[in-house]
Amino acid sequence: MSDENTQDQAGGETDTFDLWVAGTEEPQFQPTDEGRQEISEHESEDRLAAQFGRVVEDDYVFDEDADDDERMIVNMGPQHPSTHGVLRLQIELEGEIIRRTRPIIGYLHTGMEKTAEQLNYAQGPTNVTRMDYLSPLHEELAYSLAVERLLGVEVPPRAAAIRILMTELNRISSHLVALATNGLDIGALSMMIYGFREREAILAFFEKATGLRMNHNYIRPGGVAADLPPGWKDDVAAILKEMPVRLQEYDDLLKENPVWLSRTRDVGIIQAEEAIAYSITGPPLRASGVDWDIRKVFPYSGIDQYEFDVPLGERGDVYDRYRVKVEEIEESLKIVEQVMDSMPKGNYRIDDRKITPPPRARIDESMEALIHHFKLFTEGFKVPAGETYVAVESPRGELGCYLVADGGPMPWRMHTRAPSFYNLQGLPIAMADSLVADTVATIASMDPVMGDVDR
Amino acid sequence: MTTVERAANWARTRSMFPATFGLACCAIEMMATGAAHYDLARFGMEVFRASPRQADLMIVAGRVSQKMAPVLRQVYDQMPDPKWVISMGACASTGGMFNNYALVQGVDQIVPVDIYVPGCPPGPQSLMHGILTLHDKIMTREIVR
Repeated sequence: MSDENTQDQAGGETDTFDLWVAGTEEPQFQPTDEGRQEISEHESEDRLAAQFGRVVEDDYVFDEDADDDERMIVNMGPQHPSTHGVLRLQIELEGEIIRRTRPIIGYLHTGMEKTAEQLNYAQGPTNVTRMDYLSPLHEELAYSLAVERLLGVEVPPRAAAIRILMTELNRISSHLVALATNGLDIGALSMMIYGFREREAILAFFEKATGLRMNHNYIRPGGVAADLPPGWKDDVAAILKEMPVRLQEYDDLLKENPVWLSRTRDVGIIQAEEAIAYSITGPPLRASGVDWDIRKVFPYSGIDQYEFDVPLGERGDVYDRYRVKVEEIEESLKIVEQVMDSMPKGNYRIDDRKITPPPRARIDESMEALIHHFKLFTEGFKVPAGETYVAVESPRGELGCYLVADGGPMPWRMHTRAPSFYNLQGLPIAMADSLVADTVATIASMDPVMGDVDR
Repeated sequence: MTTVERAANWARTRSMFPATFGLACCAIEMMATGAAHYDLARFGMEVFRASPRQADLMIVAGRVSQKMAPVLRQVYDQMPDPKWVISMGACASTGGMFNNYALVQGVDQIVPVDIYVPGCPPGPQSLMHGILTLHDKIMTREIVR
């Protein structure tokens, strides 16, 4: 394609692109020049099988000039205990040194973005919460914020504070799993036991507040599903009291442990420029020394009123990523403490019966409440046509929700900017020219969640 | 006194080695079951084998995509007999809430399933109940088929 054409497309059509509204005449889409987008039925049997994933195709391009005695291609995964789910890696080795790495994804592709188009806005969080299953509340928050921005509504202060409280606790539990699995992969088995032990304390609170240990569907458009349970302050205070002691235990175990240091120091380095070029966000970016946190640059749900620091690393190696996660747990504890002390009174969701259902007791008394309830749970509420993008800082980085509404009760398109997907792009950079034994340490430090990558 | 059959079945239930086959959300709960708080070691099952050749139980923990299905079958075929399968969670059992192009609508289309554990995801208690139910099932089984 010539430069002129590119300019025409960028300047001309995309700017004046009108959103198609359901019920009106369908727009005629221009065919792209990117080639055929569908799988042809006349494709050869083998090719078709490979595209549908029925056979695993080994199409790695092998360098013919290389010395055959030294080069070897190792396949890792998708069923491997250290790939954090179903990641598959093709690693080209030269002796003990990794020369090239090729991540192969899609083994957990669930079609969630398509499913989102068949669920109405109130049902949406049920779907998105299953994407990144270690930080479900962040997924719900991003989705809910996007829907609320399209609706043009603002949640009450108490709802916003509850959201921050729950998401920051979720960040702690997610980082604990990251630390636990990172330890497990390198052989620090105690860290695995410790991490899951503390996670249980937070999950017990989540279960009390939301009814579920994971996949909560708690943060919904218009507020949260239920108010915090009675006695929540005691539970959170108990977590706040216990966690610093536990963090000290982790530091005793790992921070200056010579075995841990030799396995993680100067391993899997990502430079700041590389991290930015590959759109890496979250702890891997901050470990490289780039001060970028969505909570600071694009604050959401009133997180800017709480005081916290953004921990940074220097070298961008596995050790720095581990330190950033530990320090982020400390910062999250600070936020949780401030939210707990300043929890505003009021409603936990919008008092707009077109968006949130009426209280159960009102349905028996009021005809309007019954109608609202019926409409919300059969058709769902309608959202004005438009598109929006909202990002939150999930434990893995910038988690964005791009939402296109056509005026109906379901999204026309929902796309998630999954931080794990972008962070995984940095894996070949981090692993290039490192030892094969460092592979699992590097993967674990990038903390990819395959549910987030593949969706 | 006991029978040979009962002794063999007892030995099988008390040292069951699950294969690590974590796929999605349920895998985290499976790990939580094996970790300190719930402690699967009480049933002699804390050793999750990385190689299917050393395992006799496959816990399908999570949603199985069309792309993963052949891999799952291969791992199952690599396991030595006698072997059992627990389908953990709604997605593995029926496809769950994702009735779409990408997911296998129930792992029993690919491998024979002994126990279905309901939940999304099932809590560690549910998984343990499933495991204990499987133990009961093995104890009442004839060793010569």
